[in-house]
Amino acid sequence: MARIIAGVATSHIPAVGAALDNGKTKEPYWRPVFEGFDRSKEWIAEAKPDVCIVVYNDHASAFSLEVVPTFAIGCAAEFPIADEGWGPRPVPPVKGYPELAWHIVQSTVLDEFDITIVNKMDVDHGLTVPLSLMFGQPKEWPCPIIPICVNVVVYPVPTGHRCYMLGKAIRKAVESFDKDLRVVIFGTGGMSHQLQGPRAGLINKEFDHRFLDNLTRDPEALVRIPHLEYLRETGSEGIEMVMWLIMRGALDDDVREAYRFYHVPASNTALGHIILENKT
Amino acid sequence: MSLPKEYDDLPGTTVFDAEQARQGYHLNMFCMSLMKPENRAAFKADERGYLDKWPMTEAQKQTVLKRDWNGMLALGGNIYFTSKLAATDGLSFQQIAAIMTGSTQAEYAEMMIKGGRSPDGNRSKSEWKNRG
Repeated sequence: MARIIAGVATSHIPAVGAALDNGKTKEPYWRPVFEGFDRSKEWIAEAKPDVCIVVYNDHASAFSLEVVPTFAIGCAAEFPIADEGWGPRPVPPVKGYPELAWHIVQSTVLDEFDITIVNKMDVDHGLTVPLSLMFGQPKEWPCPIIPICVNVVVYPVPTGHRCYMLGKAIRKAVESFDKDLRVVIFGTGGMSHQLQGPRAGLINKEFDHRFLDNLTRDPEALVRIPHLEYLRETGSEGIEMVMWLIMRGALDDDVREAYRFYHVPASNTALGHIILENKT
Repeated sequence: MSLPKEYDDLPGTTVFDAEQARQGYHLNMFCMSLMKPENRAAFKADERGYLDKWPMTEAQKQTVLKRDWNGMLALGGNIYFTSKLAATDGLSFQQIAAIMTGSTQAEYAEMMIKGGRSPDGNRSKSEWKNRG
């Protein structure tokens, strides 16, 4: 039986990827950001996942406005790195795990989550920056990746509760897969940030810390946060935090917080990161 | 008949909802086309001519020509799409964020280093009444 052993949440700020790719990790501005993930790299090397499910959002790279799936899952054997206007990031292509991805499709659709099947998809910084932060700069990513892409750009985006329930359905799917696999699930994006308009630059440390606290001990308190509260309190792009709730829904109710890191600013954004382990 | 928009009270923020996405479709797809180098070259060579190939409103075209970043958002642009126009101009996310807030890039970067813009005083349009 496959099982989810842990969840990782992290922001997926594009400037972090650019800093890494351009050799700026030792600069005073970026150094604390990358040092914040030293422990995380050790953790994931010890955890040795056989596959990672990465929940992220596309930023007008694979999906324009022609098709906007609320939830989509990458079922391909390989996902090319998107060219976001400056050439693709110099990172290895992302290898998928079609057998498990298709199994998740079957299981979640029968569980009434009508997830979109995607067989051709470039992946952008939303997916690759978290991989870089956790795995560094290897020649190949150490395990296959199943991308789960969430619309958090066109409103209304899915509710926190819907995301949390999808996480539970993904867990059920993983646990019914007939192969012994250790799975780590990533929730990415956030934390508080606003990229647009005269209110750009909004950061809410109090909200972010409370969110991190409750992610461990009281996720039920988070799943009812309405869109309006995310928008008002965490900026227009803070809504990405609903993707963390997919990760959280896929874990045990009772989890152990293995690590946490929070840093302001990384470009326009509050960078948040947490690792939660199942106790069972 | 439409759903209530409680978020209309947020100051300095355009929520990219169904109405914005509908009216901004061609504006955003124009921005999307700038992902291709040959399209960037064609746009730079003749901005007006390139824009005229897209069924956008004249008002939308003017915001593009004037690089009125907030104006594009008001007329249905989305930041992840308009940022592709910024990239075509060689501007970073932080540079257009500074422009949209009416500050210099140095002032904006300084604000972020000091912890960013507080939500206090920035939750409701009523708190922005006295701004110019």
